[in-house]
Amino acid sequence: MNKIFNINSALTIFIKDFRSELRTRYALNALIMFVITTLAIILFAVANETPSIEISAGILWIVIFFSAMSGMARTFVSEEERGTVMTLHLIAKPSTVFFGKLLFNLILLFLMNIFTVVLYLILIPSFIIKSYDIFLLTIFLGTIGLSAASTIIAAIIAKSNTKGTLYPVLSFPILLPLLMIVIKSTKSALEGIEIAKAMGDFQVMIAYFVVITAVSYLLFDYVWKD
Amino acid sequence: MDIKLEVQNIKKIFNGRKIFSDINFQLENKSALAITGRNGSGKSTLVKILAGVLSPTNGQVDFYLNGKSIDLQNRYQYFGFVAPYLQMYDEFTAMENLELFARIRNIEVDKDYIDLLLKRVNLYERKDSYVREYSSGMKQRLKYAFALLHKPPLLILDEPRSNLDAEGISVVYQIIQEQKQSGCVVVATNDSEDIQFCNQEIDLNQFRNIAK
Amino acid sequence: MVFKIILGIGLTLVIIAGIALPMVSNPSSFFELPVVPGLEDKARIIFFHVPTAWVCVIAFITSLIYGIQYLRTKEILYDIKSVTAAGLGFLFCILATVTGAIWSKFTWGAFWNWDPRQTSIFVLLLIYGAYFALRSSIEVEEKRASLSAVYSIIAGLTVPFFIFIIPRIVSSLHPDPIINPQGKIHMNPTMLVIFLSSLTGFTAVYYWMFNLRVRFSKLLYQQQMKEQE
Repeated sequence: MNKIFNINSALTIFIKDFRSELRTRYALNALIMFVITTLAIILFAVANETPSIEISAGILWIVIFFSAMSGMARTFVSEEERGTVMTLHLIAKPSTVFFGKLLFNLILLFLMNIFTVVLYLILIPSFIIKSYDIFLLTIFLGTIGLSAASTIIAAIIAKSNTKGTLYPVLSFPILLPLLMIVIKSTKSALEGIEIAKAMGDFQVMIAYFVVITAVSYLLFDYVWKD
Repeated sequence: MDIKLEVQNIKKIFNGRKIFSDINFQLENKSALAITGRNGSGKSTLVKILAGVLSPTNGQVDFYLNGKSIDLQNRYQYFGFVAPYLQMYDEFTAMENLELFARIRNIEVDKDYIDLLLKRVNLYERKDSYVREYSSGMKQRLKYAFALLHKPPLLILDEPRSNLDAEGISVVYQIIQEQKQSGCVVVATNDSEDIQFCNQEIDLNQFRNIAK
Repeated sequence: MVFKIILGIGLTLVIIAGIALPMVSNPSSFFELPVVPGLEDKARIIFFHVPTAWVCVIAFITSLIYGIQYLRTKEILYDIKSVTAAGLGFLFCILATVTGAIWSKFTWGAFWNWDPRQTSIFVLLLIYGAYFALRSSIEVEEKRASLSAVYSIIAGLTVPFFIFIIPRIVSSLHPDPIINPQGKIHMNPTMLVIFLSSLTGFTAVYYWMFNLRVRFSKLLYQQQMKEQE
C-alpha cells in the first residue's frame, strides 16, 4: 500500500483539513443550513400531500446530491484559493494528497448524510423504511461512490475560473448512473424487499466506486500538476 | 551524500507562448547555481520545473542520489524550496505548520530540531502565533524553516531575499553557504549580491551556461 | 476530390433510396423494402437517425483517444483533434436527439418519454455540454487540454454503467436496429445495403468534416504562434 500512497501522510492531510475546518467552519455551518433549508422548501412544497415511494426516495437523493455539490468542492478549492497547492506538492506525492482529500470528503459526506437522513425520517412521515439492511447499505455505498466521483471533479474544477457553477454541471453526468441505482435501491428499501434481491444493485455500486477511484488515482497527476 | 541534477533540453510552452527552450545543464555536489534573467524571462517557471511542481513541455530533469535515479514522484523528499509565492497555512501557528509538514512528509517530528530552526530564523518567540498574524518578512523566514525541515540535499530558492530585512538576509546567506558545504543550491535572482555565492550561472535571456 | 464526388453521389442515392423505395409486405424484387409491423413508413428513420447516433459515439471515442494521446505526449495538436472530434460529436448528438424526438412524437405520442435510449443520448449531450463548459472556463491552453482530456476519460468510463443500470430500472420500447437478442437480422438485403451505405456515408462525412476542421484549427494555431514571435 505504501507504494501507491502513504497512509500516514494521507491521514495527516485529512487531519489537517479537519482541524482547519473546525477552526474556520467554512463548509460545515453552510452545509447544515443548506440541508435544513432544502428540507424546509420540500416540506412547504409537499404541504399535506403524501408523496409516493418513488418521489420520496428521489427527493432524498436530490437533497444529498445538491448538498454534496455545495460542500465537497471546498477541499481543493480552498487549497487553490490560498495558494497552498504548491506547498502540498513539495511535501507529498500526488496520490497521497488525493487519498487524504478523498478521506476528508468521505467523512464529511457521511456526517452530512446521517444528518440529512435523520431529519428526513423525522420530517417526512410517509418515508418509512421497511428493509433497514438495504437502506443502510445503500446509504453507505452511495456515500462512498458519491464522494469518490465528487473528489476528482472537485480537483478539476479547482483549476477553472467558474468553480461554483461548473461543479454540478460536470458532476451530474458522472454521478447519474450512481444516482439512478441508489434511488432504485432506496425504493426497494421502502417497499420492504428482501436483501438477497438487491445484491445486483450493490454490486453495481461497488463497481462504480472501484472504477472511479482507480481512474482518479491514475489521472490525478495530470489534474494536480500545472 | 552524492547528488546530481541533470537538465536536458527543457522547453516550456505556456498558453501557446514559448517561455524558453533548449535549457541544458548539470549540477553536482557542493555547488551553487544562479538562474538570472529579466522579469518575465521564466526564472520562476524553470525553478518550478526543477522542483518538480510544474512539468516541462519537452525535455527532462533527472535527479540522482548516490548514483541512483530518483523518480519524479519521490523527489519531494530531497528538495527544499523557498519562493515568495509559496504559502503556509494561515489558520495554524508556525509550530503547528511545521509539525504538520513533518508528519505529512512522514518523517519523525523532532521538536528540538524544529525549535532550533525557528530560533535560527528568529521566529522562536512567535512560534505559537497564527501565521495570518505574521508580516510578509516573517512568513518568508518561516518558509526557510519549512524548506530545511527534512534536511534536503538540494535547496531551491526563488528570490531568496524578498521581504527580508538586513538581519534576515544575513541568515539566508549563512544558510546558502552551509548548504553549499553539504549539498547543492539553486538560486533564481537578479541580485548581484546573491550571485556571489554561485559557481555556475544560467542567463535565461541568452540561453547560455556561464561557468565561473 | 474524387472522394468528395463519390461521397456526394453515394449519399444522394442513399437518401433517395431510403425515402422513395416502396415498402411492401412481401418484397420480391430488389427495390422493395419489407413492412415493419407497427411502424410502416416511420421505419425509414433508421437510414438517417441511426447513422447520426453512430457518428456521435464514434466522435466521442475519437475525442477520448486523442485526449489520452495528449496526456501522454503533451502535443497540442492532439488537443486540437480531440476538441474537433468533440465538437462534431456534439453536433451529431443534437441531430440524433432531434430526429429521435420527432420520430418518438409520431410513434409513441410524445417528444420525450425517458426511454433508455433517450436517456443515454441525453447523458451524452450532458457530457458534451459539460466538456465545453469546462473548456471555456480555463484560460491556460495546456491546462485546458489536460483537464478536458481527464474529464472525458472519466465520463467515458461511467457511460458503460448505464448499460448495466438502465435495464435494471426500465425496459425499452426502442426497436432493435439490426440485431435483436436472438441475433436475428430483421432487414431484407436491400434494406441492409441502404442502411450500411448510409452508415458508411455518414462516417465518411464525419471524417471529411473532421479533417477540414483540424486543418483550419492548425492554421489558426500556427498563425497565432507567428504573431507572438
